[in-house]
Amino acid sequence: MRRFLLPGLVVGAAVLLLALLMFGVSSQGANTSIDALVARGVRPLAPNANMALPVLGSDSTARLADFRGKVVVLNVFASWCDPCQAEAPVLEQAERTIASKDATVLGVTYLDTSSDSEQFVRRWHLTYPVVRDISGNFIRSFGTTGVPETFVIDRQGRIAALRRYQVDSSWLNRTLPPLLAERS
Amino acid sequence: MKHAALGIAIALAVACATPGLAVAVAPRASLTDIENDVMCVACHEPLAVAQSPQADAERGYIEGLIAQGQTKAQIERALVGQYGPAVLGRPPAHGFNLTVYILPPALVAVGLATLAVTLPRWRRRARAAAASTAMPVAPPIGPADARRLEEDLAQYDG
Repeated sequence: MRRFLLPGLVVGAAVLLLALLMFGVSSQGANTSIDALVARGVRPLAPNANMALPVLGSDSTARLADFRGKVVVLNVFASWCDPCQAEAPVLEQAERTIASKDATVLGVTYLDTSSDSEQFVRRWHLTYPVVRDISGNFIRSFGTTGVPETFVIDRQGRIAALRRYQVDSSWLNRTLPPLLAERS
Repeated sequence: MKHAALGIAIALAVACATPGLAVAVAPRASLTDIENDVMCVACHEPLAVAQSPQADAERGYIEGLIAQGQTKAQIERALVGQYGPAVLGRPPAHGFNLTVYILPPALVAVGLATLAVTLPRWRRRARAAAASTAMPVAPPIGPADARRLEEDLAQYDG
């Protein structure tokens, strides 16, 4: 019996390590629960709405909750990302269209220096507010793993639509009007 | 000779009292050293091997901070302040990532403990096995046999 003790312990430890590895791999993967809910037509509450994020080019902070009552096109971007540059004029055009309808685009920079982000804003003449998610904790709660990603949040602060890649005007034109028509 | 010694003593005292000189001899942060600990945030690979416009931008940012005379620790803090903790090539020490820091030393400790328990046991077992397989020692010969042996040997001597 005792001769099996050591091999048993080694095998047990190996199994434990394997289980830990499997758990780690599964838990580190992208969180797609928001995508699944939105695909089913359910609108999950936007997470971390009360997290204060520094406003780009300012000493103040802003929270997603500050925009409650508005339709928010939350766009996660970085200045070094080519698709982000391609969609910036589209988002600015959308901002000019929806600003008068109690709605806004809200940019969130991620993995970017403030000076590069400011340069990006100037280059594309962006007029919508931009905040910085330095830790990445805000956007991670949306299941974001890269840039660009865009979430459309309704007037009740719920995610109504999302796109995990570059947006185009046809998607925005299809997605925004029904949400703009809703009352808060 | 006396004057020379005095001069050296004064020079040493001035060198020790001047912070600027102390800073001048402190090792400067180097781009090569920092590159190995930092990730290219766009290409998700170590900055040391990354070749992309963003990697060049990060190198430029680091070089700017080196030119300002900042230390490696200060530069890494500044990088985290701009890009977030993801810019460092090591996972943050919370949540499941803690296993990266806890598991290896724990495994080494368990391994050492196992060796400490099993090695003496193996040595004891090896010693016992060696004792059981040793050549048997012949019993001493009796007086009659000894006498006969002497007689035989005497024949050869003669």
